[in-house]
Amino acid sequence: MKRLSEERTKILFEKLSKYIGTNVKQLIDRADGTYCFREHRDRVYYVSERILKLSECFSQKQFACVGTCFGKFSKTNKLKLHITALSFIAPYAQYKVWVKPSFEQQFLYGNHIPKSGLGRITENAAQYQGVVVYSMNDLPLGFGVLARSTTDCKSADPLTTVCFHQSDIGEYIRAEDSLF
Amino acid sequence: MDVVQEVLEKHRKELDKYKPITVEKHLECRLDVGTLLITDPNDLDDRQIASAEKENYLRALTRDNTQLLVNAIWELNTERVDESIVAKLPEPTTVLPRMRKPPGPRVLTKWEKFAKEKGITKKKKEKKTYDEVLDKWVPTYGFKRAEAEQNKDWVLEVPQNVDPNTDMFQKKMDLRNEKVAKNEIQRMKNIVRAKKIEMPRSGYLGPEAATSSQLLTAVTVAKSSTASVGKFQNKLPKEREARGLGVKELIPGAKRKQSHIADQPEKEANLDLIKSVLNKKPKLDVEKAISLQKQDERLARDAESGNKPAKKSSKKGKGSRKAVGKKPKGNRGQRAPGKKAAAGRKRR
Repeated sequence: MKRLSEERTKILFEKLSKYIGTNVKQLIDRADGTYCFREHRDRVYYVSERILKLSECFSQKQFACVGTCFGKFSKTNKLKLHITALSFIAPYAQYKVWVKPSFEQQFLYGNHIPKSGLGRITENAAQYQGVVVYSMNDLPLGFGVLARSTTDCKSADPLTTVCFHQSDIGEYIRAEDSLF
Repeated sequence: MDVVQEVLEKHRKELDKYKPITVEKHLECRLDVGTLLITDPNDLDDRQIASAEKENYLRALTRDNTQLLVNAIWELNTERVDESIVAKLPEPTTVLPRMRKPPGPRVLTKWEKFAKEKGITKKKKEKKTYDEVLDKWVPTYGFKRAEAEQNKDWVLEVPQNVDPNTDMFQKKMDLRNEKVAKNEIQRMKNIVRAKKIEMPRSGYLGPEAATSSQLLTAVTVAKSSTASVGKFQNKLPKEREARGLGVKELIPGAKRKQSHIADQPEKEANLDLIKSVLNKKPKLDVEKAISLQKQDERLARDAESGNKPAKKSSKKGKGSRKAVGKKPKGNRGQRAPGKKAAAGRKRR
């Protein structure tokens, strides 16, 4: 477990701010103790400092993971968020997309959301804005990136992709081995 | 008679000085005359060992055992060589352990290792192959091969794209020399790898011999070899930093960068970083601007078409109503102070 380099911390915050904007601060500036980001095997973990201290007695090799895995850095130093980060991103999400109940399963199998599957969408979202995807009864299902801005969505035809799939809770089963 | 008695007495006294050559042992000793080794299986006398006579006891015991060994040697065939008696020792029977550990299997060369992994086996080439140009059997290697090749390639074509005055024979020879040199480097590297010696990493081995990671290191070292340790050197697109064990030591100024942990507490450092990320000047996004403008216009139009509430049948439900509710705020002139001319909206 090591501290992220400044470069990587910046990449992480840039990525997170795509989904939760200024709320990134809330992840660091918490009332219930200090939380920090740590790196292990190119993965980023979000841990409470209290738990981090407990984890320090394990050697690098023995270590599997601690806290919540937020994502993984690729060899080219790009961060890919994992679905495990959803529980921390969803409460702070600024831009949301709701999918129709009929499309929920499709989305959970990793498909992009077409206009026909779109239930609701936050106003004023620009193109390529990171969004959290919810089911119609407000259960966070995953996150993605808008393929079209909100206004463009309204005029799009039913089959065009509105939101690119990035991650969904189906990955807990599909990508179980590489997720944590 | 007295004289005889005297002589005998003297002889007996002399004999008493020497101990007898026969030694009585409870258990028989194991003898290996070949290595001049005797092993005594008899127990040591505990009382003697504990007493003050210990040293004498041990010395006597050693003498007795040595006597046994010497007896055994005298039983061998002896011969006289230049006034000294010499015995030929038999083959030793005791197996002695090695001083060093036995050598392991030979370390495979890089190619052998690769071939083993891929399951490549060596194909045996024929010693002689039939050459259709020369119309005779030509050795594939070794004696008279070069001669055969010379006979075959007695003339070489100069390609169109090459300077017509180039010596193609020289070029061919250079190519071959290069191959030999490369092979030699690889052979050395194999030896280094097998003996696990540290190899000097500095220096540039050339595109033929260097591995990609070595090239990467060379680039990184070269880049950081400026007066300002490469701080102002532009990054190439898709450039990668050299990584690996000991690479940092080669790169000037790299060690200083190693620790990114400042004195500042982590939380504050992170908050500062967040601030800098969030305060980044947003790029002028024409699409976004247009979409915002459209949104504004639409809202304005909605407002203009009567103050009656938005259509009840709107599909948007709560979400859109909320947005409509926000609208009056827009007219207070907070949203776009620069756009006064365009803000020709009807004021309520």
